[in-house]
This record gives sequence, C-alpha cells and structure tokens, in this order.
Amino acid sequence: MQTEDFDIGAEIAALRRADARMGAIASFIGVVRDVNEGESVNEMTLEHYPGMTERALEQIVAEAKARWDIVDVLVVHRVGRLAPNDQIVLVVVTGAHRGEAFAACEFVMDYLKTRAPFWKKEATAQGARWVEARTADDLAAERWKQ
Amino acid sequence: MDRVNLPGGPAVIPDAASRPAIVLLFARLREAIGTAQEHLTLPDEVRDVAGLLACLRARGGAWEAELAPAKPIRVAVNQEMADSATPVRPGDEIAIFPPVTGG
Repeated sequence: MQTEDFDIGAEIAALRRADARMGAIASFIGVVRDVNEGESVNEMTLEHYPGMTERALEQIVAEAKARWDIVDVLVVHRVGRLAPNDQIVLVVVTGAHRGEAFAACEFVMDYLKTRAPFWKKEATAQGARWVEARTADDLAAERWKQ
Repeated sequence: MDRVNLPGGPAVIPDAASRPAIVLLFARLREAIGTAQEHLTLPDEVRDVAGLLACLRARGGAWEAELAPAKPIRVAVNQEMADSATPVRPGDEIAIFPPVTGG
C-alpha cells in the first residue's frame, strides 16, 4: 500500500534481478477512468483497512503460489486521492512459463477485487459517491473455485 | 475450595470477559453512521456476528438503517472475513463495511 505512483519498468527490473528462474512475466495495471456509470469522474479517493489489507493480500498471494507453479508475485496498490488516468494497482507474476503466470495474475486481480478491503469514492459533477460492488467481479472470482 | 462471599453477592473479578471489543466502520458505513471506531462492552447475549449486528441495529437511527438485513454488509472479525455465525468475544476487532471495491 502506498500513496505514491509506481513504475512498472523499475518494479519488473527488480524482480528480474532477484531471480533468474523466470521465463515469463505477466502483469496487470488498473487505471482510474474518467467516466463511470455514465458520469464523468473528476477525482477518486481510495480508502482501505490498514492491517487487514496486508493480511488479505498476503493470503491471496499465498493461494496463487499454492495453485500455480510460479516464482513470485508483486502487488502494489495505491490509496488516497487519485485523478483520472492515474495508476491504481499493479500485479506482476513471474514464472517459468506464460500459462501459469497469466492465470495466476488474473486470479490475484479477481480475488483482490472481491476480498481485499479497499473502497473507492468518486467525485463527479453531481457530487461524491461510493462506488458500488459489481456482480461481474463476484462472478469472476467464483470461477476460480471450480 | 475456599470461597469468600461478600455481602451483596459474588465479587466481580475483572478478567478477559470485561474487556471491550473494538468496532470499526469503513467507507459508506463510516460516513452514514458518523463514527469510525468504538469500544463496545459486549452484552452477555451477544455471542456471534448476527448477535452483534442485532445489538447495533437496536440503537435505531443510522445504525438501524445502515445495518438493515437487506443491506449488503461485510464483517471481518480480527481482520478475517466472517459470516453471521462467526463468534465474537471480548477484545475482538470487529470491522463492518460495504462490499469491497478496490483494484
């Protein structure tokens, strides 16, 4: 968790320096959109539950490592005030081969969106509003249970 | 076993059972109810998450409205996701919040 921005190039370079077993690096970056539910978004504030957030992310990463043959997982999530086009979250999964790295990266994001205690509040021209959870995100997480 | 019976009934011994629980509220719930954190001595009848929510709803006002059974509410006990049957005990950290929207 951090308020400052991140640099995917620097983060991946650090992971590659740390371990030479990897033949594949899969990554995901989530970005603030300037429109949501038909209204323009001027600013977004991300709140989280200090302590539980770290535990939840550690559990998600541990589950990914148990399910797939991967080398490492990096999760960086920003909190505080963000503007449209700002980066919100980074997930990088390294492994020997792409198949497992892709799957684990998607799994980490799907679980993060439904289990990690973060909440988004948007400032729009019509006022501030808390973002509602999406059923599609629950369904995306559900499919990993099969 | 020796027992000392004081006038007026058994002595009250401070122990773990008298420690308050900590109730945390986040996001929309924190704003709507107007509090982020509260120390709460759990009434004897409150044994699980369902019991705690019923106890908080009985306060009326925003507590009753925001914690209504129809509302999508999530609860974590000691920083682990919980359900209505999860036990709550004195000293526990109990967080109540809307479904998460990170990422």
